[in-house]
Amino acid sequence: MSGALLSVENAVVDLPTPRGNLRAVDHVDLAVGAGRTLGIVGESGCGKTMLSRAVLQLLPKKAKLSGRVMFDGQDLTTLSAEKLRKLRGRSLAVVFQDPMTSLNPVLTIGTQLIETIQEHLELDLAEARQRSIELLAAVGIPAPEQRLAQYPHQLSGGMRQRVAIAVALSCEPKLLIADEPTTALDVTIQAQILDLLAREQQRRHMAMIIITHDLGVVAGRTDEVAVMYAGRVVERAPTPALFKQMRMPYTEALLAALPKLDVAPHTPLPAISGRPPDPTRPLKGCSFSPRCRYSAGRCASEKPQLCSAETPEHLYACFHPIAARVGA
Amino acid sequence: MLQAAPNPLMKVENLVVEYSVGGKTIHAVSDVSLEIARGETLGLVGESGCGKSTLGRAVLQLRQAVSGKVLFDGHDLTTLKGEPLRQMRRRVQLIFQDPIASLNPRRRIGDIVAEPLVIAGVKDPEERKRRVAEVLSAVGLDPALVSGRLPHEFSGGQCQRICIARSLVLNPEFVICDEPVSALDVSIRAQILNLLEEMKARYGLTLLFIAHDLAVVKAVSDRVAVMYLGRLCEVGPSEQLFARPAHPYTALLIEAIPVPDPDVRPTQSVPVGEPPSPIAPPSGCRFRTRCPRADARCASEVPELRLVATGQFAACHHPLI
Ligand SMILES: Nc1ncnc2c1ncn2[C@@H]1O[C@H](COP(=O)(O)OP(=O)(O)OP(=O)(O)O)[C@@H](O)[C@H]1O
Ligand SMILES: Nc1ncnc2c1ncn2[C@@H]1O[C@H](COP(=O)(O)OP(=O)(O)OP(=O)(O)O)[C@@H](O)[C@H]1O
Ligand code: SF4
Ligand code: SF4
Ligand SMILES: [Mg+2]
Ligand SMILES: [Mg+2]
Repeated sequence: MSGALLSVENAVVDLPTPRGNLRAVDHVDLAVGAGRTLGIVGESGCGKTMLSRAVLQLLPKKAKLSGRVMFDGQDLTTLSAEKLRKLRGRSLAVVFQDPMTSLNPVLTIGTQLIETIQEHLELDLAEARQRSIELLAAVGIPAPEQRLAQYPHQLSGGMRQRVAIAVALSCEPKLLIADEPTTALDVTIQAQILDLLAREQQRRHMAMIIITHDLGVVAGRTDEVAVMYAGRVVERAPTPALFKQMRMPYTEALLAALPKLDVAPHTPLPAISGRPPDPTRPLKGCSFSPRCRYSAGRCASEKPQLCSAETPEHLYACFHPIAARVGA
Repeated sequence: MLQAAPNPLMKVENLVVEYSVGGKTIHAVSDVSLEIARGETLGLVGESGCGKSTLGRAVLQLRQAVSGKVLFDGHDLTTLKGEPLRQMRRRVQLIFQDPIASLNPRRRIGDIVAEPLVIAGVKDPEERKRRVAEVLSAVGLDPALVSGRLPHEFSGGQCQRICIARSLVLNPEFVICDEPVSALDVSIRAQILNLLEEMKARYGLTLLFIAHDLAVVKAVSDRVAVMYLGRLCEVGPSEQLFARPAHPYTALLIEAIPVPDPDVRPTQSVPVGEPPSPIAPPSGCRFRTRCPRADARCASEVPELRLVATGQFAACHHPLI
């Protein structure tokens, strides 16, 4: 993992709750290099957002993080609040699912962009304004000059997400984390936003993490994918390798459960039965075992560790990985 | 035209629904006609704000139409009032998008599911209990375990099962499912879609299935209707429509679906601006401001739905087929 722009090492996030400790992120290792895109996939509550908030050092106050978050040569877990704030505006940027989370509803779009730019780059007002207009144009906003005077609520959801992306890009970040940037949007708008992110990423040689619950979104748009389940990364591989041969039964089941356009209507979907375990009641064995159709032997009593078989880049946490069963 | 069967269970004719906001008129549903045959599932797709829910609500008479007819089993619901309307309404039910929000947080599951029976005047508590137990079991929940519990003790998927049970307790013939799985996770989504299919077969239902996800719609629908900014663009048999869309908007929607295969490069989306406003929809064809095939005629003349292939209709001056 040396040479990576970001590497998360053995991250654990614990949250105290009335029901007891909730381990939202459980011993996660990840890395992203400059110019690369990592996709993080998994169903609701599996810890995707907590993991990205751990990277950003924006965890809820009561949360406890252990492990390291190495970014651009420094361990973010040891930085002061002031240093982190500078870093977040400048080289580490984020776009959330709901653009209203990233945008301030009472400030015009112009004010938000210009202030962010001026805070982090040494530009005067006229230059910052010019830069804002260029950014809005770059993210595909028609009539960018007039938009500067508008408030977020005066724009459609798709437009707002574009503005949030413009703000995130305004200081030329080295890493952009997009947490379900298109989940709230329509398919046509989703495709536009994802194209926009890909284009800006290439142009800036920026590293990017796309968080989503849709395997379809990561397939064509990432270099590497990490699949999360119940707080852990359960499979990680270069995107083509993952889709060519899924090893972890959960990943396979997740893909199979997606309705597909090339399947005839009224074909029953291969659903995953049950639901993820209660995160305050961790299971002793594999977290997926109650739902896994291959569960056998030690699956219910022992935790499978993330390991690789044929290729060092393809990791999975499973005692009975899929290819191993073929012919066995 | 648009004949689904000689004797459709639901027939919507030239329906117009508007909202008035701050002195301005929102053209939410403009001149929509549809037919749904007995036992059929009609899927309704289109992007956010195009009027899908409004259409569903107007069919159920939860929102008054400006003009047009809603013929259910031959009776025009828009002219019915009082008891006859109540009688008809029992035969038509609605399932909402947000399962958790549509359940009263302070009531027990047994009472929530029994509520339609109470409203419909089923007085015998034993009879109510029996019916509630039957539908709860049908949707895969154990009546003994869940009846006494409150909604917050259930996951989104379980809440949607409860909503489905509630909608089935009066033995309806027609159910409008308004984005029943949009708020659910991929793994739970498949469970609920399968459940809806099972319930349809078991209770002989006719469904109007509203969603913005084309793959979800295709999974359950016999025919699909595509809506854009208050108007219907295209209607046709599911497989045929997805294989050979005639309307440019349908084609755009299909192209935009992310495919879970890294070898399929995402097509570069058309850099279109903001979707137009339903307050001042474009003249002529409402899709023209985003349509790659638009010409002068598209701006001046509203395209009518016409037959483009067997059972397939499109409202376009320059259809793709
Ligand atoms: N502020 C909080 N306090 C306590 N627990 C929390 C808090 N936020 C999230 N959680 C819990 O932490 C776990 C991980 O949540 P997280 O938001 O990271 O999931 P996610 O994968 O992003 O899900 P989604 O797809 O729904 O966004 C969940 O069990 C969630 O209920
Ligand atoms: N109660 C209301 N008052 C005013 N305008 C409304 C109301 N309900 C809906 N609208 C407007 O009518 C239009 C159609 O809305 P509708 O909710 O029917 O769309 P939809 O297709 O169901 O969208 P979504 O996919 O977001 O649910 C939109 O422009 C919407 O803003
Ligand atoms: S370890 Fe066992 S239960 Fe877990 S995914 Fe693999 S086969 Fe299934
Ligand atoms: S009528 Fe014209 S603008 Fe409308 S979809 Fe057809 S070609 Fe496009
Ligand atoms: Mg999240
Ligand atoms: Mg709706």
